[in-house]
Amino acid sequence: MTRVLIRLLICLLAIAGPAAAAAAGPSEQAKGAPKPPTNDDCLACHGDPSAVRASGGSVTVKAPDFAASIHGAGGIACVDCHTDLAKGAEFPHADKLKPAQCVSCHEKPVAAYDTGVHAQARRVGKNLAAARCVDCHGTHDIKPSADPQSRTHHSKLLDMCGRCHGNEEIIKRGHIQIGNIVDMFRDSIHGRALTRSGLSVAPTCSDCHGNHDIRRKTDTASRVYRPTVPLTCGKCHEGIARDYWTSIHGVQVQKGSPLAPVCSSCHTAHEISRIDVAGWKVAVIKECGTCHEESIKTYRDTFHGQVTALGYSRVASCADCHGSHTIVPKADPRSLVSDANRVKTCKKCHAGATESFAQYDPHADPSNRARNPFLFYTSQFMKMLLMGVFAFFGIHTGLWFGRGMQIKAAARLRGPGKDDSTEDGR
Amino acid sequence: MTSSTPANAAVTATHYRRFERTDRLLHGFLMFSFLGLAFTGMPLLFSHEPWAASLARIFGGFDAAGLIHRFCAIVMITVFVIHLSRIVQRLFIRKDLGILWGPASMVPQPRDFFELIAHMRWFVGLGPQPRFEHFTYWEKFDYWAVFWGMGIIGGSGLVLWFPETFAHVLPGWLFNIAMLIHGEEALLAVGFIFTIHFFNGHLRPEKFPMDSVIFTGRVTVHEMLEERQDEFERLSNLGRIDELASPAAPQWVYTLGRSVGALAVTFGLVMVGLILFALFTK
Repeated sequence: MTRVLIRLLICLLAIAGPAAAAAAGPSEQAKGAPKPPTNDDCLACHGDPSAVRASGGSVTVKAPDFAASIHGAGGIACVDCHTDLAKGAEFPHADKLKPAQCVSCHEKPVAAYDTGVHAQARRVGKNLAAARCVDCHGTHDIKPSADPQSRTHHSKLLDMCGRCHGNEEIIKRGHIQIGNIVDMFRDSIHGRALTRSGLSVAPTCSDCHGNHDIRRKTDTASRVYRPTVPLTCGKCHEGIARDYWTSIHGVQVQKGSPLAPVCSSCHTAHEISRIDVAGWKVAVIKECGTCHEESIKTYRDTFHGQVTALGYSRVASCADCHGSHTIVPKADPRSLVSDANRVKTCKKCHAGATESFAQYDPHADPSNRARNPFLFYTSQFMKMLLMGVFAFFGIHTGLWFGRGMQIKAAARLRGPGKDDSTEDGR
Repeated sequence: MTSSTPANAAVTATHYRRFERTDRLLHGFLMFSFLGLAFTGMPLLFSHEPWAASLARIFGGFDAAGLIHRFCAIVMITVFVIHLSRIVQRLFIRKDLGILWGPASMVPQPRDFFELIAHMRWFVGLGPQPRFEHFTYWEKFDYWAVFWGMGIIGGSGLVLWFPETFAHVLPGWLFNIAMLIHGEEALLAVGFIFTIHFFNGHLRPEKFPMDSVIFTGRVTVHEMLEERQDEFERLSNLGRIDELASPAAPQWVYTLGRSVGALAVTFGLVMVGLILFALFTK
C-alpha cells in the first residue's frame, strides 16, 4: 500500500515538477539557478566502471542494477536520496556527500530502527559495526523483501544477519555476548527447516526479533522479553501457546513470576531441537531440575532417573508423567499425576499398571521418614548392615594381612627351603 | 599306592579332594554371572559417574546391558536352584544329616565363634593359630552372605523385572523398597566378594597370588595339615582320610583355573576401584 502511494507521489512530482518550473517563467531560469542533475547526468560519470573518487575508491553505480531496483523501477531520482545535489551543484561535485537519507521517505521503519539495538549500539556504544539501513538492504540495488533476489528475503535473511552475527571477528569487536548465534541457529529445528528443507513457514531471525525495531531481551518492549516469549512463539505455535497459558508455568508467568519457565527456558532460543531425539529428552530433565531440585534428586534414585542419567531415553522422564505444556499441580484433577489420572499415566508405559502398581513412589526419598517410613527404615538398616560388615571385615582383613606379612618376612629370614607357602608349586 | 593306616595315607597321598566337580562348575557359573551382573548393574547404581555411561556403552547401551543383566540373573538363579536341590538330595535321599550340624556342616556353630576369637588373638600375637575344621568361620560367612544375597537381590530383582505381575500381590510402594535393597545389597555383595572374599581366598599372604582349590577341587597334603588340622585328625581317626586321597589335578585344570581366577580378580578389583573412585569423589 505504502509502495503504491510512493509511486503515485513520484508520478505526481514528475508531472508537477516541470509544470511548476514552466509556471515560474523564464525569468527565474534566466537567473542561472543550477538545475538538479537527472539520473542520466549522474550516470554520465557514475555509469563508467572506471569512475573513482579522489582516494581511488570506486564510485561506479551499475545502471542496470539500479534500474531493476525498487527505487529505479519506481522512478526515484539519484538526488532524491543524495539530497546535497538536489539543488544543483558544480560538477564534478564535492568528494564527500551526506549519506543518503532513507528517513525522508521511510519514516516509520527508520523510527522503528532508532528504537532498536543496532541504532542504540551506534549511538551509545559508538559501535560503528552495528548495522545501518544500507548494511542489510544494500544501496542502489535494493529490492523489496518479498523478492527472492532481495538481500532481506526470508530465505536470505539468516545469511544477512550472519554477516555480523556469524562473523567471529565482528562478534568479538562488537562485544556480542551471545556469540556465534547464527551457527547455533543453523543446526536447530528452525534453522534446518529454513536452510535445508526450504520451508517458507520456518522462522528466520526477524520472525522472532522483528526487523527494524530489534530490541534487547531485557527491554520490556522486546518480542523476546521473557514474559513476551510465549506470545512470540505462539504466533506460529498457536495451539501450544494456548495450552501453555493454562499451565502452572504459564499462569505464573502471567502473574509476573521471574522464575517460571517460558518456551525458551526448556527449548532454548536458538538451538531448539526436535523433542523426540534422545539427546534432548535426556538433557531437558536438567532444565526441570534447575527449579525442581528436590524432585530431580529423588528421581535420580529411581530406575527411571538412573537410565536417563546414563543417556538413554526409553524410560520415563519428567514430561512423560507430568506432561509438558499443560503441567498443572498434582492437586488439580487435570494433572496427569493426580489421583484420578495416575494409573492411566503409568499405563502409557506399563500396560498392566493397576491402582496397587501406582502406589509406587517415583520420587521416593529414603531419608524422608514422614513421606516414606518403610523406605526410611529399610535404608537405615541397609546402611548399618553395609557399614557393619565392611567395618568388621575391614579390621579382620587388615589384621590378617599384617600377621601374614610378618610370617612371610620371618620365613624369608629363616632362609630358602623353609617357606610357609602352601602352593604346591604347579 | 594305598595304605591301610591313616598315618601312611598322609604321607603317600599328594592331594585330598575338597570340592566335587558339580560344585566347582556351579562356582564357575556363579563367578561369571556375578561379574556380568555387577558390571551391568553398577552403571545404574552409579549412573551419575562419568565411568557409568562408558561402561554401559561397552555392553552395547542400556538395552543390551539390561538384557545381559537379566541373562546373568537367570544363570545365577539356576545355579542357586541346582545348589538347593543338591542340598535337598543330600538331606532326604542320601540322608546326610551331617550337613545340618557337626564338623562338616556349613551351619554356624559355637566353635565358629571361638575360632573367630582365637584367630583374631593370633592376628595380634595373643595366642596360637587356631585349628580349623572342614569349613572355617569366614568361609561360612562367605557362603551365607551369598545365600542371603541371592534371596534378597534375586527376589527384589524379580519384583523389579516384573513389576506389573507382582503388583497383583504386592503394594506398589514395595517396589521402592525392592529398588533400594536391590542396589544396596548389590553394593554389599560386590564390595564384599571383590575385596574380602578375594583376600580370604586368594590375596592373603599365605595364598597369594591365588588358591586354586575351587578350580581343581583339591588341596595339597601340606595345605590340609597346615590349615585344617582338626578335619585331618577327625578323618584320620575315622579312617576315612584315604577316601579323599587323590592325585594332583591335570595341568590344564591348573592353567585354566589360574587364568579364569586371575581374570575374575582383575575385573573385580577394577570394579572396586571404580566404586571407590565414585565414593571418594562425591
